[in-house]
Amino acid sequence: MAEFTLRLRRYDPESGDAPYWEEHTVDLEPHRSVLEGILQAKDRFDGSIGIRCSCRAAICGSCGVRINGQPDLACHTHLGRAEKRSKDGVIEVEPMGNMPVIKDLIVDMEAVHWKKIRRVTPWLIAKQPVPEREYIVPRESMVDVTQSMACIQCGACVSDCLSMEVDPEFIGPAALAKAYRFVGDPRDDQHFERLKDLAEDPHGIYDCTHCFQCISACPKGVAPMNQIMRLRRRAGNDFKIEDRNNGERHEHAFASLIKQYGLLAEAEILPRSYGGDTPLAKFKPSAAAELASSLPSIAKALLRRKVTPAAVLKPHRLARQDLGQIKRIYDEVEGREERAEFNIYISGKDEDR
Amino acid sequence: MLAHDVLIIGAGLAGQRAALAAAESGATVAIMSKVHPVRSHSVAAAGGINAAIAVDDDWTEHATDTVKGSDYLGDQDAIEVMCSEAPGEAMHLEHIGVTFHRNETGELDLRAFGGASKKRTAYVADITGQAILHVLYEQLMRHEVAVERFEEWFATSLILDADGHCAGAVARDIRSGAMEIFNAKSVILANGGNGQCYKPTTNALICTGDGISQAYRVGCPIMDMEMVQYHPTTLAENGFLITEGARGEGAHLLNSEGERFMEKYAPNKMELASRDVVSRAEQTEINEGRGVGAHGQGIYLDVTVVPKKRVLEALREIVNIGRDFAGTDITREPIVIRPGQHYIMGGVKTDVDGRTPITGLYAAGEVACVSVHGGNRLGANSLLDTLIFGRRSGEHAAQRGRQLTMPKAPASRLRADAEMIAAIIERPREGRRISEIKDELGTTMNEYVAVYRDEEGLTKAHEVVQRLKEQAGKAYVDDRGSVFNQDVLGALELGYMLDCAEATIVSAIDRKESRGAQFRLDHPERDDEQWLKHINVTRGADGEPELSYSEVTITKWQPEVRKY
Repeated sequence: MAEFTLRLRRYDPESGDAPYWEEHTVDLEPHRSVLEGILQAKDRFDGSIGIRCSCRAAICGSCGVRINGQPDLACHTHLGRAEKRSKDGVIEVEPMGNMPVIKDLIVDMEAVHWKKIRRVTPWLIAKQPVPEREYIVPRESMVDVTQSMACIQCGACVSDCLSMEVDPEFIGPAALAKAYRFVGDPRDDQHFERLKDLAEDPHGIYDCTHCFQCISACPKGVAPMNQIMRLRRRAGNDFKIEDRNNGERHEHAFASLIKQYGLLAEAEILPRSYGGDTPLAKFKPSAAAELASSLPSIAKALLRRKVTPAAVLKPHRLARQDLGQIKRIYDEVEGREERAEFNIYISGKDEDR
Repeated sequence: MLAHDVLIIGAGLAGQRAALAAAESGATVAIMSKVHPVRSHSVAAAGGINAAIAVDDDWTEHATDTVKGSDYLGDQDAIEVMCSEAPGEAMHLEHIGVTFHRNETGELDLRAFGGASKKRTAYVADITGQAILHVLYEQLMRHEVAVERFEEWFATSLILDADGHCAGAVARDIRSGAMEIFNAKSVILANGGNGQCYKPTTNALICTGDGISQAYRVGCPIMDMEMVQYHPTTLAENGFLITEGARGEGAHLLNSEGERFMEKYAPNKMELASRDVVSRAEQTEINEGRGVGAHGQGIYLDVTVVPKKRVLEALREIVNIGRDFAGTDITREPIVIRPGQHYIMGGVKTDVDGRTPITGLYAAGEVACVSVHGGNRLGANSLLDTLIFGRRSGEHAAQRGRQLTMPKAPASRLRADAEMIAAIIERPREGRRISEIKDELGTTMNEYVAVYRDEEGLTKAHEVVQRLKEQAGKAYVDDRGSVFNQDVLGALELGYMLDCAEATIVSAIDRKESRGAQFRLDHPERDDEQWLKHINVTRGADGEPELSYSEVTITKWQPEVRKY
C-alpha cells in the first residue's frame, strides 16, 4: 500500500458558493486507478463527492475528467503515474473542459457532446435494397471502421479540443470520428452527401487545426484527428468537393507551398488558397477580399511580434539538397497506388515493439 | 403526469431493443435509465453473439448446445424461440449498422465459443456489446420522436393499480432530484443483473439488481436465483473480464506445473467446455495447490499461442486491459486469471413474450429469467437473450396497449417514495456507512455463495445478509443535496442488492443437488428426480422470502449425463 493525496475540484450548485479544492488522502497500490482513489475517498470520508462511473475498466466512458490538467478516464490512469506527473505530489482532479459543470466532477455532456454527435446524422443510411442476408463487404472495411466504433463517447477529446475552445460551434473530434464510421462504411448510401455537408459547414471538417490534442486525449486509440483528416481526403481527393469555406483549397495551398519551398510562407498562404498555385493568383479579387478581412488578425500578430515584417519578406526556401529530400517524400507519397491509412486495428503500433 | 403506452426501465441492449420494437409497432414509448444509455453494462459484453447462420449449421444444434449448457434446467420452448429467431436478429443488427467482422469473401465471420459444437459466434473484435449498444443508440437518436428518452433517471418503485396490474413507475431525475410518476399501460424491466452483490465481480457498479428487487417487492416471483455464473477468466487482482473470445481464438489455460489441465476435466472441448465446468476445474486446481500468482489463487491464461496479428485485430481490448490493469503484455506472456462472478442466470420470472405473472409487467435481459440459461449460460448467448426477448417484450407490450385505456396510477406512490428518500437523507450520522455494508456483502457472497458451496457456508452467508439488512435500514448518507445525490441512490441500491442476495442464498440452500453453476459439496450429484425444477422466490406477507417450485419445460431433449 502507498498513500496518495488527491486534490478534487468540488462544486455544489445548490450552495451558491464558488468551486473550491478539497484534499483527501487514500491508500492503495500505485497501479490502482485514480477512480479507485476517488471512490475510496467517497466511501470513507465523503459520500457527496460527485463523479459518474460504472465499469471501472475503461469501456463505459463515464468517468472522463482532467487529471493534472490532462483529460483522461479516471479509471484509466494509475495513481502512481498520476502522482509522478503532478506538479507538487498531489494528484489534481477536475471536471472536463468545454462543457458546463453540473456538480463536482460531473459535466453536462448532453449540452455539448451529444448535441454535436446528433449533428452528424449518426446512424447508417443503408444502401437499398437491403439484402436478405448480410451485406457483402470487404473484410478490411469492417476492421477499418472498428477503430471509430471503439469510441466510448467519454468526451475526453471534446474536453481539450483547442478549436472548440475558440469556436464552440465546431462539430468537434468525437462527432467527426463518428461521421467517419459511416463514411468509411460501404453499406452507407450517403457518403457524398455526408462529406459535402461536413465540408460546407464552416464549423465542419476544415475547422480542425491539427493540434493532436484529441489523439493524445483519447483513451481508446480512436485518434479522432486522423479520422477528420481521412474525411478531408475522402471529400477532397475522392469526391472532389470544393467547399465554399475554401477549406479544401487552403489545405492544398499548404501542401503546395511546402512542396515548392520546404517551408511555410505565411504571406503566400491566403492568396494561394483563394487564388491558385501561381504568384499571379495573388491578384484574384476573392483573395483580396479575404486578405482585407484578415487584416485585423495580421495587425494583432504584428503588434504582438508573432510575425515581423522582416520575417515575412525574407524568402522562405530551404537549401537545395534539403528541398530535394522534401520532394522525394512527396514523390513517394503521391506515387503510391493506394493511400496509406493509419489504423491500429490493421497495422497496429504494438507490432513494432 | 407523464403517460406512455410502454415504459421501459433500463437502456442496455434489452431496453433499447424493446423500445425500438415497441415504437415500430406503433406504441408511444418512454425509455428511462439511471445512466446514459451507452454507459449500460451491455457495453462490456465482449466476445460476440450466437446465431446459427453458417450454411452447415442449424438452429436446432444451437438449441441442443444451449440445453446441455443449461444442465437441463433451461425451458426448452424458450430456448427454441431464442435459437430459431437468432439468425434473423443477427441479420437485423447487420442491416442497421453493426460492423460485424467479415471473412475473406465478405460474409459474417464466426468464431468458436465455449460449449458450442460449431463456430457460431458473430463478433466485432472484442467489443461486440459496445458496438451493438452504440448502434442501437444510433437508432434511438434516429427515432427520437417515437421514443422519448429519460437519461439519468432513477426508477424508485413500480406502481400497481387497484386491480394489481402494473400501471407505471416512480422515478427521480438524478440531475435535479425531482420525482415524477411515469404512468404506462405496460412496464418493461430491462435494468440488468445484480453482480454487485459480489466482490470482486466483472459487473459494473450499476449492476445492483434494481429491477429484480422492484418486481419482487410488488409480489412478482423471481426464479433460478441460485444460479450464479462464475466466468473462468477474470483478472486475478480486480476481477475484470477477459473475454471467452481469447479461448475461442485458441488460448490455453495452464496450472503451476505448466499443464493444460482441462484435459482432465473436459477432454473433448478442453478450454471451450461450458463456463461452469471450466470455472470448477480452475477452482479445483487452485484448491489442490496448483494455482499460480499471488497466494497461488490464480491460473495462467496463455494467449501467446494465438498469432499476434490476430490478437491485435480481434482481441485488442484485452491487450489494453492486460496492459493497463495487470501490467501484462498478453501477446508476450501468460496472464493470471481466476474464476469470478459474472452473470446471474436467474431473475424475474417471465414467459417467452417477456410477461411476468403480474399483468402489465414485463422483463427482458439479465433482469429476467425466461429461462433460457437454466443452470449455466453459454458464452455469447446473453446478447442474444437481451435482443430476442427485448424485442418480443416490446412488440407484445405495444400490441397489448392497443386495447387498453391508461390505468390509474395512484399519486400516493410518489409521496411515499419522496418521503422515503427524504427520510434516508435525514438519518442521524450513526451506525455504519453504506460502503462498509456493501463491502461486507460482496466478500461474504464471494466466500460462501461461489463456485463451491455447502450448507454450513450458505447458512453463515444468510445470517450475515440478515444482519446487513438491519444495518442497511439505519445506514447514513453524507450528501444532503438534490442535484446528483449519488449517495442516497446508493442507499436504495444497497437495499435492492440485499433482496437479491437473500433470494440467491435461500434458493441455494434449498437446492440440495449440484447442477450447472450450483455445486454443493454436501450434495455433489445432479438429482433429476428431485430437482429438475425451478425454484421460485416470492416475498411473503412478513417480508421474508417464500419458496415454491415450477416445472422445467421439456420439448425434445431428455436429460442426459453432461460431458464435454
